[in-house]
Amino acid sequence: MTGAIEETSRVRTLVLDADGWPGHRPGQHLDVRLTAEGGYQAERSYSIASAPGEPLAITVERLEDGEVSPYLVDEAHEGDQFEVRGPIGGYFVWEDDGRPAFLVGGGSGVVPLMAMIRSSSGTTPMRLLYSSRTYEDLIYRKELETPPAQVEIFYTLTREQPPGWSGYSRRIDDELLREVAWPAAEQPHVFVCGSTRFVDAAADGLVRLGYDPHWVRTERFGATGG
Amino acid sequence: MAEDRRLDGNAIGGVLLELFGTEMTDVPGACAHCGAHEQMAVTDVYLDAPGIVVRCRHCEGVLLRIVRSGERTWLDLSGLSSIELPA
Repeated sequence: MTGAIEETSRVRTLVLDADGWPGHRPGQHLDVRLTAEGGYQAERSYSIASAPGEPLAITVERLEDGEVSPYLVDEAHEGDQFEVRGPIGGYFVWEDDGRPAFLVGGGSGVVPLMAMIRSSSGTTPMRLLYSSRTYEDLIYRKELETPPAQVEIFYTLTREQPPGWSGYSRRIDDELLREVAWPAAEQPHVFVCGSTRFVDAAADGLVRLGYDPHWVRTERFGATGG
Repeated sequence: MAEDRRLDGNAIGGVLLELFGTEMTDVPGACAHCGAHEQMAVTDVYLDAPGIVVRCRHCEGVLLRIVRSGERTWLDLSGLSSIELPA
């Protein structure tokens, strides 16, 4: 570990220097394995937040009853060492072929989508729909204020909105998707990442809009165990 | 809640990489129960079953089970009639 960025009160980005790291593609993850003194091991997956070519970074949300994430968010220091395995993933991976991309993230599900945005060529149209409970919970808020060219950001805050909030204020539904998503005729690449409920709701909604289920690539993460 | 425990095949990409020696999440497989073809990422995965249980998203039939204990891994592939590995 070579550095850390506090993203929110529960979320931290860790910059890593991994021996023999072969490079990665946007959307992939890696596994972190921690070994306790008695030999007990715990292993968890974390999405890679950095673009290929940038210093390798993962973004981790602290789960209160987790075995790995509290260490990574609260305790790990620059210079600490732990095992990583990766890069992992060949399905939830964005290949830029110029077709528009629609990225839908719930909570820390935005992390692999951020790697895609950071990989943007500046010519491929991209839209990010980012659902978060509150404004304070938004990860990468500053960076997303000035997105790359051709990248549009849409927010929905589901629990609490700051005064004067101009984004959406509700859970993702069909009407919201219809307003934000590319028309089905554009055959966009679609990546949806978040909790199981979030991903199911967004993916089902997009299919009702006329998206082919095979365009909609999904990645679910657990609400416990991290 | 049971629904929150249901992940997908992305969650076991690292385990499958270790077992098969190649990236598996985009590998197509055929369900031995209903015949559906999907990439390994497009499955329902339960990590706390005990062991890992992977089910077909179409018929909920068990595709594979993985139990790891110490130095050994038990792998039950009886629910997959075929997988299509890259050359």
